[in-house]
Amino acid sequence: MKKNKSSTFFLLMVPVLLWLVLLIVIPHLDMFFRSFRFENDEGLMVFSLNNYLSFFEDKIYWLTFVKTALYSIGVTILAFIVTFPVAFFLTKVVAKKYSSFMVLLLLIPIWIGELVTIYGWMILLSDNGVINNFLMQIGLIDSPIVMLYTNFSMTIGLLYMSMLFMIIPMMSALESLDDSLIEAASDLGASKWTIFRQIIIPYTTPGIASGGIIVFMLVIGDYVAPNILGGKSSLWFTEQIYNKFLATFNWNEGAAFGFLLLLLSSGIIWLALKLTGQKLEKVGS
Amino acid sequence: MDHVLEIKNVTKKFGDFTAVDSVSFSVEDGGFFSILGGSGCGKTTLLRMIAGFEIATEGELLIRGESMSGIPPEQRAVNIVFQNLALFPMMNVEKNVAFGLQRQKLPKPEVQKRVSEMLERVGLVGFEKKDVNDLSGGQRQRVAIARSLVLKPSILLLDEPLGALDRKLREHMKIELKVLQKEIGTTFIYITHDQSEALVMSDKVAVMNQGRFEQLDTPKNLYRHPATSFVAGFVGDNNELDITGYADGQLITANGGKLFRPGLDIKPSKLYMRPEAFVLNPSADLSNIEKIDMQIKALLFDGANSKISAVMKQSGDDVLISLPQNAESESLREGDELIVGIHHDDMKCYQE
Ligand SMILES: Nc1ncnc2c1ncn2[C@@H]1O[C@H](COP(=O)(O)OP(=O)(O)OP(=O)(O)O)[C@@H](O)[C@H]1O
Ligand SMILES: [Mg+2]
Repeated sequence: MKKNKSSTFFLLMVPVLLWLVLLIVIPHLDMFFRSFRFENDEGLMVFSLNNYLSFFEDKIYWLTFVKTALYSIGVTILAFIVTFPVAFFLTKVVAKKYSSFMVLLLLIPIWIGELVTIYGWMILLSDNGVINNFLMQIGLIDSPIVMLYTNFSMTIGLLYMSMLFMIIPMMSALESLDDSLIEAASDLGASKWTIFRQIIIPYTTPGIASGGIIVFMLVIGDYVAPNILGGKSSLWFTEQIYNKFLATFNWNEGAAFGFLLLLLSSGIIWLALKLTGQKLEKVGS
Repeated sequence: MDHVLEIKNVTKKFGDFTAVDSVSFSVEDGGFFSILGGSGCGKTTLLRMIAGFEIATEGELLIRGESMSGIPPEQRAVNIVFQNLALFPMMNVEKNVAFGLQRQKLPKPEVQKRVSEMLERVGLVGFEKKDVNDLSGGQRQRVAIARSLVLKPSILLLDEPLGALDRKLREHMKIELKVLQKEIGTTFIYITHDQSEALVMSDKVAVMNQGRFEQLDTPKNLYRHPATSFVAGFVGDNNELDITGYADGQLITANGGKLFRPGLDIKPSKLYMRPEAFVLNPSADLSNIEKIDMQIKALLFDGANSKISAVMKQSGDDVLISLPQNAESESLREGDELIVGIHHDDMKCYQE
């Protein structure tokens, strides 16, 4: 009986282990070892830290690195600010039967795909695009404001494609928040702001944290929005990695850069969880 | 007498549905006031209007003589203990109790002092740092009450706070609540569907039915002198018989039984007789007693609540009779005939 149970257990474990080993562990190990390989002057592959050192030698690399980190944090915070009122409205104000329909509407950009929505934004933001045309028509401006191919348009693109991943975990956290907690707080004399800060935010922190992690990871690892909407002027670290692999064919250095990005994002998430007093197990569930 | 709360013709409608139907009453300061009624009769709605979470469709609500129209919940001197308690899960016991005081911007030492006094009062010393999720049902109850009482409200509203507890604990908390109320002297308005809770704890009880008050009285009067047939049927056990006729002091039951009950000036349609109002084998010299011939159908043993299920020989009407547990009643058997007596005043008649 006992033996039986453990054999089914292993049978079920096989796909999980295959997944983890073949698709995650092995590629990363390969990347990891590759990142220390360096072709020396005699054309031999040797172990070295040169791939990593080159990152620090060129200012453009680590400036992009820092900018990517700061913008990713910024977009995550923006995503929270934009989506929280929407999530609150959909869970606590609108009747359930309407809110599920509205959530479906919200998800449309995901069905359409990132590339198409980004072209949509280009139509809106370009110099003779919808917004500039409108502003000139009503006479607010004389010449178009440059919005496309700037940090601004890149931020909008990143925000737009990632914020839906914030709203879903936040809504499920808010849904489990009993309305009577809010009423109890107001009964005890709390203002709307206090209720928000002392009851709603602490209660939904795990949801915010898991949404935040997803958004942050999507943004920091995104390539399409920075590349198309950001244009030449706004560099993103994934573009540097892309260039290493496909422009200069220096896979070893690309691997090292990839690892640096992985370290960076894990480090920031770890720090954020520490600061907000969250446990990864709790956020993950 | 000071009235801490006055309700004047308050009505609450949800669309076409009237949840509370022009209710008027006032509550004396320092009393234990209960609202007793079945599920869906509008108790919670009424309580939520007092707390300020619902706005009355019509009518006026005064707390200590001041109109409450337009005053939001956070500014009313009433606090509510919710049916599900609504303790803040992310705060420990101490922080839950301190929450309201901190909103009043009181100095820290003062908050500290009042919180620990309150926790002592409800018997939760040593639990300050405990997570509220780790407490037992009764302890959570006490945290919820302490959290409201610490603000020294004019009125404490309690929405079936004992509903979720098991029977033993409920019996215990019933007494504890009553004692606590007497000690601190805050007015309690307590809603419940459990008549025993209402009768044991309250100074005054209002019986509510379909959004209206049927009767507002002391527990004893509700039991002894129910004003309406609903109250007679709802409070305590009762035998209910349909009455089809009344002439010369003679009641005719739907099955054709005849019972003598003089002195009614109404055309009764219902007769109520409490099981515990019957006397077994009444002695002949008692006056104003109606004697009824019965046959025992079954003996229902339930300790102190034992009953005889009997039929009136004359008409076959079913009646439950309390069976005192003593040596005399030991000898009764199913199928035995016996005479039971009931005082005319205990035969409550109502016109519908
Ligand atoms: N927000 C609302 N919208 C529509 N109808 C409501 C609303 N709140 C309550 N009702 C209705 O009003 C009636 C009274 O509800 P209420 O909650 O006051 O009952 P209650 O006496 O507290 O019952 P219970 O003992 O089951 O808690 C019910 O029929 C309920 O369906
Ligand atoms: Mg209720």
